[in-house]
Amino acid sequence: MLIKEIVDVVKADVLTNYHDENTELKYGFASDLMSDVLAYACSEALLITGLNNPQVIRTAEMLDISVVLFVRGKRPGKEVIELAKENSLTILASDYTMFKACGLLVMNGMEGLEIDD
Amino acid sequence: MTDRLLKRYSYNVTANDFMSAGKGSSAIKSNLKSLGIDSNIIRKIAIISYETEINIVIHSFGGKLHCDIYENKIVIISEDTGPGITDVDMAMKEGFSTATDSVRELGFGAGMGLPNIKKYSDQLEINTSSTGTTIIVTIYL
Repeated sequence: MLIKEIVDVVKADVLTNYHDENTELKYGFASDLMSDVLAYACSEALLITGLNNPQVIRTAEMLDISVVLFVRGKRPGKEVIELAKENSLTILASDYTMFKACGLLVMNGMEGLEIDD
Repeated sequence: MTDRLLKRYSYNVTANDFMSAGKGSSAIKSNLKSLGIDSNIIRKIAIISYETEINIVIHSFGGKLHCDIYENKIVIISEDTGPGITDVDMAMKEGFSTATDSVRELGFGAGMGLPNIKKYSDQLEINTSSTGTTIIVTIYL
């Protein structure tokens, strides 16, 4: 899915914007556990999370993830936004629950990641 | 020749400081990038160093994170003072955790730290006692 389609489908606010809206993200990975993100996600994935602290941005940074979608109406604080800016990360925020956001994204063509081992 | 240490990057890691956790790993990652290391290798090292750094923050009284660059390998070393790992075999199992609820609320303590480190490493050595833990992780280039 293109970033602009993601924004549209989950009615997201764009809190930081470092990527062209036509950038494609094929996969989504949703978790509030950052160790699971580190174990299973990849750089081509949209990170979907309801966790709202600087470690989300650090986790995305380690994996070269470029776009993070905060769900459940979470709006990251100033230090999270600043860290995202330092890492040129695009931050989206939706009021939908994680389940609903994921469902809408899958219905519109986003794929889940396979766990390989 | 291949075992000659070319460069060491070292960072202090403070116990319970979740705001700064990851700074050392972030610096290691950008240093490796500037050395022109392959991006897949950098990603593995970033995950390993970040998990070890988080472990120091969660479980120890504080410590150091080192990244040693050799011609043929990169070694991540975490040294902490603290209570040590009571049962290393259990700690290596996915899902086993001794972290507190407050740590879990921050998105960690799911019992994936050491299993993740092992998953991305070529060699893993854990030396632990009641006064602290040293973890040495090798990734071959």
